[in-house]
Amino acid sequence: MNELIQVDQLTRFYGDHCAVNNVSFTLEKGEILGFLGPNGAGKSSTMQMICGNLAPTSGQIQVGGIDILDNPKEAKRELGYLPEIPPVYRELTVDEYLLYCARLHGLPRNKWKPALDQAKERCGLTDVQDRLIGNLSKGYQQRVGIAQAILHMPAVIILDEPTVGLDPLQIREIRELIRDLGKEHGVILSTHILSEVQESCTQVQIINKGKLVLNDSIEGLEQQMRASSLVVELHKIPDLDQLARLPAIQKIDDLGEQRYRIFHDKAVNPAEQVAELVVNSGWGLRELTPERRSMEQIFIDITRQTPATRELNA
Amino acid sequence: MMVLVIAGREFRSLFLSPLAWTVLGVIQIILAYMFLAQLDYFLMLQPRIAGMEEAPGITDLIVAPMFGNAGIILLLVTPLLTMRLISEERRNRTLSLLFTAPVSITEIVLGKYLGVLAFLLITVGMILLMPLSLLFGGGLDFGKLAACTIALTLLLSAFAALGLYMSALATQPTVAAVSTFGALLLLWIIDWSAHADSEGGGALEYLSLLRHYEGLLKGLITSTDLLYFVLFITTFLVLSVHRLDNDRLQK
Repeated sequence: MNELIQVDQLTRFYGDHCAVNNVSFTLEKGEILGFLGPNGAGKSSTMQMICGNLAPTSGQIQVGGIDILDNPKEAKRELGYLPEIPPVYRELTVDEYLLYCARLHGLPRNKWKPALDQAKERCGLTDVQDRLIGNLSKGYQQRVGIAQAILHMPAVIILDEPTVGLDPLQIREIRELIRDLGKEHGVILSTHILSEVQESCTQVQIINKGKLVLNDSIEGLEQQMRASSLVVELHKIPDLDQLARLPAIQKIDDLGEQRYRIFHDKAVNPAEQVAELVVNSGWGLRELTPERRSMEQIFIDITRQTPATRELNA
Repeated sequence: MMVLVIAGREFRSLFLSPLAWTVLGVIQIILAYMFLAQLDYFLMLQPRIAGMEEAPGITDLIVAPMFGNAGIILLLVTPLLTMRLISEERRNRTLSLLFTAPVSITEIVLGKYLGVLAFLLITVGMILLMPLSLLFGGGLDFGKLAACTIALTLLLSAFAALGLYMSALATQPTVAAVSTFGALLLLWIIDWSAHADSEGGGALEYLSLLRHYEGLLKGLITSTDLLYFVLFITTFLVLSVHRLDNDRLQK
């Protein structure tokens, strides 16, 4: 079993308000999953449920094959969680706090020191280990929060907006840390910064109004973004092989109802050839639109789409 | 094990704030003053009761009243110690650390409870030093002294359990403190309106913390009183577990 996290039809209601609606996904070892979405989309609720901080209305969550609702203690052993606001005790020093976390997670006594040293080194906290957390800057407090989440070497690390409040240099360090962590652990991170997902993640999911609207690898997303494409709508069913034989065409996606997305090399625009072929073959050209989308564009498109058109592009 | 880890942090955190030290100091000063006043009174009374048969001893005249006063002073003070237990963690959003760690809600509640209880036991120990100092000049009735100690310990355990529950209910520490104080005071004086002959008076009397505390202070350790305190503590601990679990369910 390589699946670290398996979320199945997760739903959460707050009163009548549906915060998370039927979300299912899996996370495998070595994956860094970016959770994107506008504010209030249900990112934090989903993360809280995976970490057992919030009970789902319905649905199932398994961490390393263990159901978190049936066996919370065993499942939580494999989890490290950094909530939106780092859960630090201001009256403790960094060392005292991390030691408390190590004991809370049931690390054996002989592993306390190496675990603490490693976490402090990874998060750049060695210089401030004897200072009170309350006296540290927001950025350092955030790092203490991350250190707490990775301290016990959990299989899954869940970070809710880990780079908020950090300066650009620290953001770069944290991103490197996340990429590093992704080699040995499964990581889920939420953010509304798009470039962050592009830089650190291997998988991307976009959640909007509680629904999962996109679940793709970062390569897939980049292809959608970089490769320019044409959307054609035809009256009759075309011979796709013939279209694909045109020069510079990479791939043709069937969007249904005789709509096709034609990916092509960036350098050339095959619109003329496509139009010529379609007209000559008598397929009835109805639409020919060039597409060039940035990640922002994809994000905005997906989060603003009505449910009907979402189905088409999914 | 986990309970002790949480209790240990809670206990140490209390001493990291000036509150715990202030509380210990203030209690000690006030009780010492009352103790000395009581001692004066005893010295004045001593020649008169010397000839009496079955005259009340030093333990009855000094120790029992002092423990009675200690109960009232701690009724004022305990809410200040328990108010932060859960409400502050909820406010600072540090509860999620405990919720994500492999510990059950019962362990969290018990840990918090034992942490503050350890502090209260120190107070009992400090108070106990005063009657023990009488040993320099005379003898003590150790049986009665033990009964008083048990009484105060049980009383404080009950205070702490109620305080913990109020802290689990409230989002602000001060609200928790005020409601704990209100609830404790009400339970303290609830038998004022009770007359043994009137209907329902017996029930109100049974509910009163003071009645059970006084019973024990007299040196009469009855199972009714013990059971009352055990029930009181268990009830509020169970309620706290439920309340904290609701944080996770959030309807």
